[in-house]
Amino acid sequence: MQINEELVRQITNAVLRQMSQTDFSSDYHETLLTDTSTDEIPSMVGKERINEVKTSYADYPRAKKGTNPKEVVIGVGAAFQKEITKTIRGISLDDVLRNVQAGIEEEGMVSRVIKILDTSDVCFMALEAAKYSGSGIGVGIQSKGTAVIHQKDLYPLSNLELFPQAPLMTLETYRQIGQNAAKYVKGEQVVPIPCTNDPMSRPKYQVKAAIMHIAETEQLDPEIGAVEWEGR
Amino acid sequence: MKRSKRIEALDARPVNLDGYINEWAEMGFVAMNSPYDPKPSIKVENGRITELDGKRQEDFDFIDQFIADYAINIERAEKSMAVSSLDIARMIVDIHVSRKEILELISGITPAKMTEVMNHLNVVELMMGMQKIRARKTPGNQAHITNLKDDPVQIAADAAEGALRGFAEEETTMGVARYAPLSAMALLIGSQVGRPGVLTQCSAEEATELELGIRGLTTYAETLSVYGTEKVFIDGDDTPYSKAFLNSAYASRGLKVRFTSGSGSEVLMGSSEKKSMLYLECRCLFVTKGAGSQGIQNGSVSCIGVTGSVPSGIREVLSENLVAALLGLECASSNDQSFSNSDMRRTARTMLQFLPGTDFIFSGYAAEPNYDNMFAGSNFDAEDFDDYNVLQRDMQVDGGLKPVTEKEVIHVRNKAARAVQAVFRNLGLSPVSDEQVEAVTYAHGSKDTLPRDVTADLAAAEDVLKRGITGVDVVKALAESGFEDVAESVLNMLKQRVAGDYMQTAAILDKNFHVLSGVNTPNDYMGPGTGYRVDGERWEEIKKIPHIINPKEI
Repeated sequence: MQINEELVRQITNAVLRQMSQTDFSSDYHETLLTDTSTDEIPSMVGKERINEVKTSYADYPRAKKGTNPKEVVIGVGAAFQKEITKTIRGISLDDVLRNVQAGIEEEGMVSRVIKILDTSDVCFMALEAAKYSGSGIGVGIQSKGTAVIHQKDLYPLSNLELFPQAPLMTLETYRQIGQNAAKYVKGEQVVPIPCTNDPMSRPKYQVKAAIMHIAETEQLDPEIGAVEWEGR
Repeated sequence: MKRSKRIEALDARPVNLDGYINEWAEMGFVAMNSPYDPKPSIKVENGRITELDGKRQEDFDFIDQFIADYAINIERAEKSMAVSSLDIARMIVDIHVSRKEILELISGITPAKMTEVMNHLNVVELMMGMQKIRARKTPGNQAHITNLKDDPVQIAADAAEGALRGFAEEETTMGVARYAPLSAMALLIGSQVGRPGVLTQCSAEEATELELGIRGLTTYAETLSVYGTEKVFIDGDDTPYSKAFLNSAYASRGLKVRFTSGSGSEVLMGSSEKKSMLYLECRCLFVTKGAGSQGIQNGSVSCIGVTGSVPSGIREVLSENLVAALLGLECASSNDQSFSNSDMRRTARTMLQFLPGTDFIFSGYAAEPNYDNMFAGSNFDAEDFDDYNVLQRDMQVDGGLKPVTEKEVIHVRNKAARAVQAVFRNLGLSPVSDEQVEAVTYAHGSKDTLPRDVTADLAAAEDVLKRGITGVDVVKALAESGFEDVAESVLNMLKQRVAGDYMQTAAILDKNFHVLSGVNTPNDYMGPGTGYRVDGERWEEIKKIPHIINPKEI
C-alpha cells in the first residue's frame, strides 16, 4: 500500500508543488529539490490501474438498513482509510470521520459508518447512506474529502447540503456537517453551513482530484454493495 | 543542490501553481489522439447503420446506437465518409467553401472521423474555422450571476449591471440549492431592469430547473449534461434517451434549451475507456445533435483543470467548440471556469474563442468578483471588465460587452434592488430592508452587503414553490408596485415561449425583443469583405472606454 501511495504522490508532484510551503514535510522538500525535471516523473504509459491490488470486502458484514430513528449513517468512499488515508488537502481521514461522528453525537444523535462500494459519485453515495439510515438522513464522504448531506426521499442530485470544494474543507467543517445532519434528524430549522469558495482550487487540485477519484472508483465492488465500516 | 536564482524566480511564477500531467491514455489523460481511439468507418444496410467506427451493431453501447439512429445523415453517410479527413479539414479553412456546404458534408460523418479532421488543424486554422462556422452572424456573451450568500437582492443588482454591460444571457446558481426559486426570480427581474430581452437561467437539479422553467421564472435552460461513455451516463442515472425526453419537456413549453458537455468529465469520473478527450466529446456532441437540441455549452467547462493539464489540451478545447459548430449547434464556448493562476495563460486561452467569435464566447463570465462565483470561479470576472473592454478596442473585436458609466451602473443596480424589494413585499416573501438595497447598490461583492435572514429566505423559497407562484405573478407584483416598465419586459419574455421563435439555433433577443438567431441572421462569412465586421454604432460604443486622456487637461 505504501508503494501505491508513493506512486500517486509522484504522479501528482507537479500539482502538489503549489500547496503552501507550510504543508510540506521536510522530506517532501527533498523530493522537490531532486524532482525538478520531468524526466524523473515515472511514465504511466501502459498501466491500467493506480493501485495494482483491489481490496476484497467479501468477508465484511453487509450494511443493514437501520431502525433507530436517531441514527445518521455516514457512507464513506471505497478507498477510504485503505488506499487513501488523507483528503486532497492532506487531512487524515481518521480525523475526518471522528469529527463528523462527534458532531452527530454532540447533537444527541447516533452515528453508524458504512463503506459504499456501488458508486463513487458523492451524491449517490450520500443518498445510499440516507436510505440505510434509520432516520433517513445520511452523509456521504469521498476519500478526497468531498461531502454531501442527503435525505432518503430526495432526488440524487438534489440534497440538503453539498460541500463540493474538498480543498477548502477543515476538521471544523466536518464537525459542523455532523451537527447539521443531526439537526435535520431532529427536524430543527437548520441554518446551512456557510459556503466557501476558492476560484483557484480547480487549476491547483483538479488533476489530483481526478487521480484520487480513479483510485477510489477502481476499488468499487457493486456485487457487494455496501459494508459496515468502523474505520478499519 | 545549490539553487539557481533564475530557476527560483521562475518556480515562483503563477503559471507553476497550475497542475500538469503527462499523457496517460489508459486513464484518459490524452487530449486529441489516443492510440485506443477507433478508426473511422461506417456501413449502411437497408437504410440503417450497422457498423460505426469499427464496431458492429451487436457490439454498440447505447451511445453508439443513439448516434447511429439519430445523429448521422444516412443518405449522405457513405459519400461523406469517402472524402478524406485532410480534405474536409482543408475545406473548413477554405474561404471559397461555404458554411452550408461544409455542414451538409459533415452531416454524414462519424465521431471518429470528426476527431481525425480536427487533428489536421492547428489553433489558427481552428479559429478560422470557428469564424466561418459559428451559427449566428454576431457573436454574443453570457454572464454568471451568483454570490456567496445567495442574496437575491445582489443577484438582481448584478444581473441589471451585467445586462447593461451587454450580456445576452445570464445564468445563476446557488450555494444552498433550496434558494433556487428566489434566485431565479431575482435574476429574471434584475436582467430586465438592465436591458430588456436578456435571457435568464437557473442552474439547479434537473427536475427543479424544469419546474422553474415551466413556471416562467426562467427563460432558458442549459444544464442538460451528456457524457461520452455509457458508464458515466449510467452513474448519473441517465441515458441519451432520457436527455432527449427532458429536452422535449422544455420544448413543449416553448423554452429555449441547450445541452452541456465538455472534455475531461469522463477522466474525472474514472471512466474514459482509454479514449482521447476529443473523441469522447465528439460522441457527446453527436448525442446532443441526435437528441434534437439546438445547441450546446462545451469547451471542457468545469473539467478544464483536467483538459488544461495535458499537452495540446487548450487546442482540444477549441476543437470541441468547432465540432459543435460543425454539427450546426449553437456553441456557448465555456471560458466559464477558473483555469489558471497565470493571467497570461488564462487570457491566451480565452483569445481562441474571443478572436474568431462564438455564439457565446463565455458560457459564464463572472459578472461579480470571483470570490462570489458559485460555479467555483470563472476564467474572467467583474474585475476584468475594463481589461476585456480594452481588448475589444485594441483589436476591433466584438466580445459582446461594452464600457459603461458609473452613473448608469449605480442607477440600474438600485432600480433592480428596489424592484426585488417591491416584488418580495407584494408577494409576502422574506423582507428586504432599505439598508440592504443601499448596500447592494454600491457593492462590488457580497463582502460589501448586509447578511440575509437565511431561514426566512429558505421558508420563502419553499413558499414560492408551494403557492405555485409563476412569472405572471411576478409581472403583476411589478406592475402593482410602480415598476410598469419592468413588468412589461418580464411579460414580453413570457410571450416568447408562446411565439417560440427564440427556440431556433443560437437565438438571443435584442432590446425590442426581436430574435437574432442562426436562422434569420446566419453567419455568412466567406473571407475578407464578408461576414460580421465591427463598425458603425457598435464600434463607437466599444471605443468609449473610461480613462481616456483629455488633451485639454495636459
